Amino acid sequence: MPKSWISDDMRALVGRTFGSRRSSAPISLSDVRKWAIAIYYPEVPPRLFWDEEYAATTSHGGVVAPEEFNPFAWFTAEGPVMAPTWEGPIRDSGPESAFGVKGPDTTFILNGGMEVSYGVRMKPGDVITSSETTLLDYQERQSRLGLMLITRSETTWTNQNDQMVKVTRGIGIRY
Amino acid sequence: MQIEIGQEIPTFERMAGFHAWNRFAAVNDEFVPIHMDDDAGRRAGNPGAFGMGSLQFSYLHAVLRQWIGDDGRIMEVACQFRAPNLRGLTTIARGKVVGFRDEGNEIIVDLQVWTETEEGTVMAPGSATVSVPKSAYVP
Repeated sequence: MPKSWISDDMRALVGRTFGSRRSSAPISLSDVRKWAIAIYYPEVPPRLFWDEEYAATTSHGGVVAPEEFNPFAWFTAEGPVMAPTWEGPIRDSGPESAFGVKGPDTTFILNGGMEVSYGVRMKPGDVITSSETTLLDYQERQSRLGLMLITRSETTWTNQNDQMVKVTRGIGIRY
Repeated sequence: MQIEIGQEIPTFERMAGFHAWNRFAAVNDEFVPIHMDDDAGRRAGNPGAFGMGSLQFSYLHAVLRQWIGDDGRIMEVACQFRAPNLRGLTTIARGKVVGFRDEGNEIIVDLQVWTETEEGTVMAPGSATVSVPKSAYVP
């Protein structure tokens, strides 16, 4: 177990942006409905997420997506999204590989948490664009599973009218 | 609706297990071994497979939505994933009002939110800010 996972090369990445801007395919009503069913199963989800007639009578004027809906799953404007197989070491799964910097020799990765601020709602037909991601900081903490590396990053989503949809600060944990 | 500091909002409860995780994996394209395979969960230091953090994050939105209604607005939600969400246990999403203020046509409400097991183990502690239309508020 190292004393620290954070190298000088990694420390120099703080504040820099990585990844690339990407846009979703237009959000489909079917995807919104399926997302809502998955969240609310085994109960029926709120009508706002599937009943166009009802949704038209609300202040939204139509079906909207749940705030936390992900329009980038499976397929984006660029084509199919081929998710990682998660087999073998996950050494290149952090932001370091985007900069050509050697990442830590960690074995596991976890979603540590997130902080999200919301703007306008997503709705069917919207095309959502995700900004590049900014690496906010690295932190470390001892836990029952060993020394954990905590990486915080920030990404902004906007819609086709350049309105802010949400700003997400993600917390990645590797150990 | 009435809003008081210290008020607990109605809970949102779901049984944790593959019936929920597989559906969420399908819509979020989130097929990660620790959420699908007990051996993978154990290799990562847990008693078995466990649910996605993103699904608990969704449950925290669901508990807020059922309280504020369709015309309410979720402004911010934050949480940390502290304990694994294990199969067979009921996940309970909760919220408690910690402050509120009158802003024009809206009442802005700050809440402490969290998920816990039926045994009271907190899994995802966090915070949220929501807005409800003033017309829905009964002082």
